[in-house]
Amino acid sequence: MDVKSTPSYLYWLFCQFELITCSYLMEPWEKVLFYSFNLAMAGLLLYAAYACLAVQLSSSLQLLWHLLGHPQQNALSGVK
Amino acid sequence: INHIVQNGGLYKRPFNEAFEETPMLVAVLTYVGYGVLTLFGYLRDFMRQWKIEKCQNATEREEQKDFVPLYQDFENFYNRNLYMRIRDSWNRPICSVPGAKVDMMERVSHDYNWTFTYTGRVIKDIINMGSYNYLGFAQKAGPCQEAAAKVLSQYGAGVCSTRQEMGNLDKHEELEKLVARFLGVESAMAYGMGFATNSMNIPALVGKGCLILSDELNHASLVLGARLSGATIRIFKHNNMQSLEKLLKDAIVHGQPRTRRPWKKILILVEGIYSMEGSIVRLPEVIALKKKYKSYLYLDEAHSIGALGPTGRGVVEYFGLSPEDVDVMMGTFTKSFGAAGGYIGGKKELIDYLRTYSHSAVYATSMSPPVVEQIITSVKCIMGEDGTTVGEARVQQLAENTRYFRRRLKEMGFIIYGNEDSPVVPLMLYMPAKIGAFGREMLKRNIGVVVVGFPATPIIESRARFCLSAAHTKEMLDTALKEINEVGDLLQLKYSRRRLVPLLDRPFDETTYEETED
Repeated sequence: MDVKSTPSYLYWLFCQFELITCSYLMEPWEKVLFYSFNLAMAGLLLYAAYACLAVQLSSSLQLLWHLLGHPQQNALSGVK
Repeated sequence: INHIVQNGGLYKRPFNEAFEETPMLVAVLTYVGYGVLTLFGYLRDFMRQWKIEKCQNATEREEQKDFVPLYQDFENFYNRNLYMRIRDSWNRPICSVPGAKVDMMERVSHDYNWTFTYTGRVIKDIINMGSYNYLGFAQKAGPCQEAAAKVLSQYGAGVCSTRQEMGNLDKHEELEKLVARFLGVESAMAYGMGFATNSMNIPALVGKGCLILSDELNHASLVLGARLSGATIRIFKHNNMQSLEKLLKDAIVHGQPRTRRPWKKILILVEGIYSMEGSIVRLPEVIALKKKYKSYLYLDEAHSIGALGPTGRGVVEYFGLSPEDVDVMMGTFTKSFGAAGGYIGGKKELIDYLRTYSHSAVYATSMSPPVVEQIITSVKCIMGEDGTTVGEARVQQLAENTRYFRRRLKEMGFIIYGNEDSPVVPLMLYMPAKIGAFGREMLKRNIGVVVVGFPATPIIESRARFCLSAAHTKEMLDTALKEINEVGDLLQLKYSRRRLVPLLDRPFDETTYEETED
């Protein structure tokens, strides 16, 4: 939906985030500290999601493919 | 939704009071906000202690650093780290009469609210939704002002004595007779300060060996007076008659804590309108309980006198009861009469006793004559004795404004606490950043509001409190409502889920309430 990604709507969402986490009240250096901490945490969470889930997802897809009747002759496919 | 009364028709009119419950998500996010601010508060305190940041708040001197710390409790932590960030919404200096519109001096802060400087500009004609100006008597022109000016030129401004020495003017006698006639009691006495009326007269009425049953949300003046008296204090849940009845039953059955003697006196302290909740006391039930268990009732009508009732006589007239049922009727002249001071009304023996034994009568300076004349003129105006129907019109205008404003805010989707008929309208904000944001955004749109936060309310239930006035015209209310709607959309304040929870008269149950402590 186009209306949801207009810059003013995103800015309004950002303002709501600021109000809920009280970064609206912080001084600029506190905001920098808080946002960098938040971005670092979010990055860490995404990496953890990638590292844990991506491996599991790929191995489960391979199992599914095997079960559907396409036996693999690949040396690397011995993962259950 | 009409409240269904199970105690047999004590109420002659529907009693619609609602306190919508806090939505779970909003409560969680409020705690998140307070958590973040607390962490940053610890960080700032650490930096101040290790001299990384300049310390601008009060601290002990170097020589006193080894003494018991003075500023380490939660109140001071809250003050330096949370209150300071939003401090610009309070103590705003106004420079005109606080009528329906007010002028305010503009101020800016360059160091995040630690100090303020005035820019020199005056913001004119801000719609005033914060002053306790219920009947609109805060005026600088009109019959009240003319009479007060005449008395000022006749008596001067100072009295230079206490009531008992040389400060008893004929104006005071006239005022007291008029107030007694207005309330429908035998006799009344007026004092210079409303807070002092409560805190100095309750100790004169009760003492050690007496029991005070006080509502949970009573004002600081009532709490101070109760504590100063030395009587035993027990608290009942806000406006909850089952809790009050349980306490009364326990008091009669068990008597005083150690000796089991009967209590000398039992005094119930309630207020007419509670200013932070906007709720009205359930007076018919309180009077029925008082008569059944033979105790005394002290009713503080600070906000309800002049504001409730068809002719403005207060909460007693609102419920259609007789003023003789209330033993001590107290009120203030600050709110509806546009003056300053308080009064106590009751039987003649009671008031004669208070004239001799009240601390306020013996030691406090008596009221200033122009203030007395303002009260006399405004009371006569409300009663209609000045020959016009201005007073009656004002009372009706206030009732209309109240109903209209509350209905529109509820329709917009805000959470509003309190009774349908109370002119005090608390609008829930909950999150700490929204307290500061609401005050600032409304001031940008030329509307002055009062926002209330932690020490006066529970920590997650911060609110904006609107006080309606008979001086507000419908256009002013419409402008204010439009701006509140805009700010509500901007800050996402429309939390109401539109499920009006009817207040249930829960049947009295032993397990419902916690044990009171002796």
